[in-house]
Amino acid sequence: MPEKRLVLKNSGVVNPRQITSYLGRDGFKALKKATREMSQEQVIEEIKASGLRGRGGAGFPCGLKWDLARKAQGDEKYVICNADEGEVGTFKDRYILETDPFSLIEAMAIAGFTIGARRGYIYLRAEYHYLLELLSSASRQAKEGGFLGDFDIDICEGAGAYICGEESALMDSIEGRRGEVRYRPPFPPTRGLWGKPTIINNVETLMNIPQIILNGAQWFSQFGTEKSKGTKVFSVSGDVKRPGVYELVLGSQLRELVEELALAERVKMVQLGGATGRIVPDEMLEEPLSFETILGAGAVTVFDESRDIIDIVYRTMEFLAEESCGKCAPCRQGTEAMLEILGRLSQGEGEERDVRLLEELSGAMMLASMCGLGQAAPNPVIDSLKYFRGAYEDRIPKTSGVKL
Amino acid sequence: MNKFQEGIYIKDRGREELLELLKGRQDRFGYLSREFLVEVSNSLSLSVGEVYGVATFYSFLSTKPLGSHVIRICKSVPCFLKDSQIIIECIKEELGISLGETTADGKFSFHLTNCIGACDRAPAMMINNDVYGDLTPRKISRILGEYHRA
Repeated sequence: MPEKRLVLKNSGVVNPRQITSYLGRDGFKALKKATREMSQEQVIEEIKASGLRGRGGAGFPCGLKWDLARKAQGDEKYVICNADEGEVGTFKDRYILETDPFSLIEAMAIAGFTIGARRGYIYLRAEYHYLLELLSSASRQAKEGGFLGDFDIDICEGAGAYICGEESALMDSIEGRRGEVRYRPPFPPTRGLWGKPTIINNVETLMNIPQIILNGAQWFSQFGTEKSKGTKVFSVSGDVKRPGVYELVLGSQLRELVEELALAERVKMVQLGGATGRIVPDEMLEEPLSFETILGAGAVTVFDESRDIIDIVYRTMEFLAEESCGKCAPCRQGTEAMLEILGRLSQGEGEERDVRLLEELSGAMMLASMCGLGQAAPNPVIDSLKYFRGAYEDRIPKTSGVKL
Repeated sequence: MNKFQEGIYIKDRGREELLELLKGRQDRFGYLSREFLVEVSNSLSLSVGEVYGVATFYSFLSTKPLGSHVIRICKSVPCFLKDSQIIIECIKEELGISLGETTADGKFSFHLTNCIGACDRAPAMMINNDVYGDLTPRKISRILGEYHRA
């Protein structure tokens, strides 16, 4: 199936530095329509009806999130665009920011109108500092062109912390603190940035908004599956001939993306959704990509038959242990414990109880961690045990004939 | 020139500007000294521990002096698949320093970092705010040469 460029419709077509170029492609028409012809409730109904779900990995219904914030009590409300994109293997938001910043600006202004916020923040990871000038310029041109009304957008930069892509740690970072995860409830739409009602949306999620407003919910929901409407932008890397960014209708097969578009050969497995994502073995490449099956934020890293699964899982856990904010014990201790066990396994010095230990740690971390990092850190371990158990057994010197 | 003029103006800033203050200082002076952290904590009416906690949380901030040019090589899996190990060894050889060290002339520091979102151009690295991808040993020589001459 070929690509379907909806989110990326302007990428490579519009001049990201010139607002006139964007205006020539229906730029800011959606914002005008929303603010002049629709009520806040109507905008929300349209987004709810579209079925748009978050594109940052969690897949939370966008319309519902905005509705909660709109209804929340607060003299000040905030719109935050999460441009931290720290998940390993993810660069699709980078591509979007590089090529179509105006759509994002317009979407944030629509969000501001809808929930009653006058201030928006783009939280841009420090590693994307080279995009700061481009984003600032786009925001300035939109403001000076009178398109934003009294809505103001500021860009807040990170300083090198993966966990600041997690929405509550992100807010703490904007507040000038360590990027530590917050207890929930309360959730951001009720009490978020500086305790005010806040919506935090991924770059790609917001990019869908202007077209949903212009073309309608019914148009949008014709694409995708029953529970996953629209398209998804993926970033493919690893053992492929054509790494890059691709957009597909949700429900498309992983094989189409990896083999037909990115030209992978002799695939052993795919890590889908980054370090906290799932590992998909070759025999499951026919899986459709959707929230109800398997998806993630868009990272697709391909491994060929030469790759060692234990080593990959070890390196993934090393990343997670390092990036854990440290606030809750299940994650802080759990990732370290898993790392120690995986380290010994990767050296061929596994012990017989190691697999059981990893499984017990997984259960505890999934249940008790405060955020998605700790909850999903066991994913690569669980998946590799499920599909490549032999690789683990090979790393455990046999002292008896007992099978694991 | 007093410290407020030459450094980053601290007075009248709110707590929410702490990270920005620290980043500004990091950019201008290459690191966050103990004295600076104490000065900030006094100005913002925060405990030194609180300020130190923020200064040490973020990987792009440093409480030890760094070189004028900070090299950060991506060590995450997608770059590892494209032989980031070779690039790391190459930098070590070219600069004559190990990970975490600074060259004697103070020009370069060399660290590893996690995924910088340049996986389509792996193996990749940053030097200060600039991203360099599709790295090869020859490219490394050329890039470092440009910085040496600058």
